[in-house]
Amino acid sequence: MTTLFTILFDGVAYGMLLFVLACGLAVTLGLMNFVNLAHGAFAMTGGYVCAVLVNNSGWPFFAALPLAFVSSALIGVVLERSLYRHLYTRSHLDQVLFSIGLTFMSVASVDYIMGSSRIFIKLPAALEGQFDFFGVGIGRYRLMIIVICGLLTVGLQLILAKTRFGSRLRAAVDDPRAASGLGINVPQVFAFTFAFGCGLAGLGGALSAEILGLDPYFPLKFMIYFLIVVTVGGSSSITGPFLASLLLGIGDVAGKYYVPKMGPFVIYTIMIVILIWRPNGLFGRTAAR
Amino acid sequence: MSIRHQLLLAAGAVAGVLAVIPAKAQDAVKIGLILPMTGGQASTGKQIDNAVKLYMQQKGDTVAGRKIEVILKDDGAVPDNTKRLAQELIVNDKVSFIAGFGVTPAALAAAPLATQAKVPEIVMAAGTSIITERSPYIVRTSFTLAQSSTIIGDWAAKNGIKKVATLTSDYAPGNDALNFFKQNFTAGGGEIVEEVKVPLQNPDFAPFLQRMKDAKPDAVFVFVPAGQGGNFMKQYSERGLDKAGIKVIGPGDVMDDDLLNGMGDAALGTVTAHLYSAAHPSAMNKDFVAAYKKAYNQRPGFMAVGGYDGIHLIYEALKKTGGKTDGDALIEAMKGLKWESPRGPISIDPETRDIVQNIYIRKVEKVDGELYNVEFATFEAVKDSGKTKK
Repeated sequence: MTTLFTILFDGVAYGMLLFVLACGLAVTLGLMNFVNLAHGAFAMTGGYVCAVLVNNSGWPFFAALPLAFVSSALIGVVLERSLYRHLYTRSHLDQVLFSIGLTFMSVASVDYIMGSSRIFIKLPAALEGQFDFFGVGIGRYRLMIIVICGLLTVGLQLILAKTRFGSRLRAAVDDPRAASGLGINVPQVFAFTFAFGCGLAGLGGALSAEILGLDPYFPLKFMIYFLIVVTVGGSSSITGPFLASLLLGIGDVAGKYYVPKMGPFVIYTIMIVILIWRPNGLFGRTAAR
Repeated sequence: MSIRHQLLLAAGAVAGVLAVIPAKAQDAVKIGLILPMTGGQASTGKQIDNAVKLYMQQKGDTVAGRKIEVILKDDGAVPDNTKRLAQELIVNDKVSFIAGFGVTPAALAAAPLATQAKVPEIVMAAGTSIITERSPYIVRTSFTLAQSSTIIGDWAAKNGIKKVATLTSDYAPGNDALNFFKQNFTAGGGEIVEEVKVPLQNPDFAPFLQRMKDAKPDAVFVFVPAGQGGNFMKQYSERGLDKAGIKVIGPGDVMDDDLLNGMGDAALGTVTAHLYSAAHPSAMNKDFVAAYKKAYNQRPGFMAVGGYDGIHLIYEALKKTGGKTDGDALIEAMKGLKWESPRGPISIDPETRDIVQNIYIRKVEKVDGELYNVEFATFEAVKDSGKTKK
């Protein structure tokens, strides 16, 4: 019985991690209708920034995390202003080709600068190991992931639903022309949103180094997971990808534990079943606009 | 001095010049080095390339009067590329050796070309047993997984480990490691209580490790590709398997020297069987490690040693043939060669053309603030049991 809870706990932590990594993609794909396959590259950037700060410059881990966010967000906003915005009106194929090209460039440049071997972030001792909670093994690091990601999710949902910026963003997405007619600076809103999504990816990259491993091929290896989260969750809100991440995280961990021979197929099976049942994802509006 | 004398002298001089000219005028001996320099296996390629360059700096680039030229090609560990590159090297560049090969499929893809062109194929990395059986022109200087896996199986059975859970990556080398370990460990009276094969592209070990923990074995036998070893060890200690008294054993690939330090103290106490440790206590190895560190600012791993010995084998074979590059003669020259490598004494088995080497049992310990695999038992002159069975 306690094992069940440990599995559940691990699954939730894994799912939360997937959510932070992928929710930026849900924003760009769902809200801005832009297919950004280079999303993982921003996550990797955050991971490497954090690793260099902690391992080489001796920063404490918790001080480096916000910087992972900031650096990815900065790179995101620079690229958005210089490259991405020219592609908003282009076809999805152009966007895919552009962003996959960007991904390959990021892989090659990180390989060149940092080397190809996998790197780790030195964690403070307080985050290592597991403790027992009524017989349920709780990993400290995973607990921290759940706390951080849980807070982020609540925060994001509040920003989108309750703040002025949130309503501007939703308006800009629903009808950019009418929104600019009402005096909303649409490009600015998009740039900010894009940067925020990239920053989240960067934070996710820094958090995931410990669990998923960090090497220059990160953007390619995990692209498929991000896409699964977004397609299953539907890309119209934050709640959809969030529930999808949890479902996939728990499904993946439990599948690998209980039926290890079938383990790797479980999440793909879940995805196929859900997409047959609801082709636009769990919480999809009509995807095409 | 009579005219006859002068003529004789002149003739002698001409003859002398003629005798020298062929050696100098002959083209350089070309070696096609095919390695994964990009992609997930890039660290293998870089280590081997580094080691080959280091060897040529130390020993000079001329053997038996012929200059050695290495042509490096990157196959990204994709077998199709390997085959195409090997063909180009053999046909266009007229290389006398093809060497390198980071992964088993790459080595196999080049095998038919080696046979057809009668060009020796020196395998410096890939470790599946069958490779040398695929062409009479293949010689290996790396290792086979059977060598280390059978030895750790024997060792575990004899050293109080009764129940083992296995966690291996689901691909050819992983299955090799698992089967050879199982065979020797169960023959020695051990019991496998849990057997899990994890997908090769596996991001998170958590569920598999939980299964290991619940099976309550004495030790976990693990084989994952080199890069994933660190993740495995971290999650192993995160989940408290070390505190539950479960040891980690395995073939030494997991504890590769170039990754070991990044794993942190989680790796301490891990017992593995392998062909090489940077801490191998021989004068030759100390020099090798020092030179490698000086040149590349990192520790050499077993892949680097495979490359170092591979190029040495090529040099020695050329010395024996007097610089002739006939494929059959070179293979004959390589069979049975014995030498001292940084890893210890090794030789080429004349029957299988595979490497015969000592396998060491090592434990991860801290030496001068760094993690090293410290050898504490030696199994001498181990042949590849994947073939000797037949």
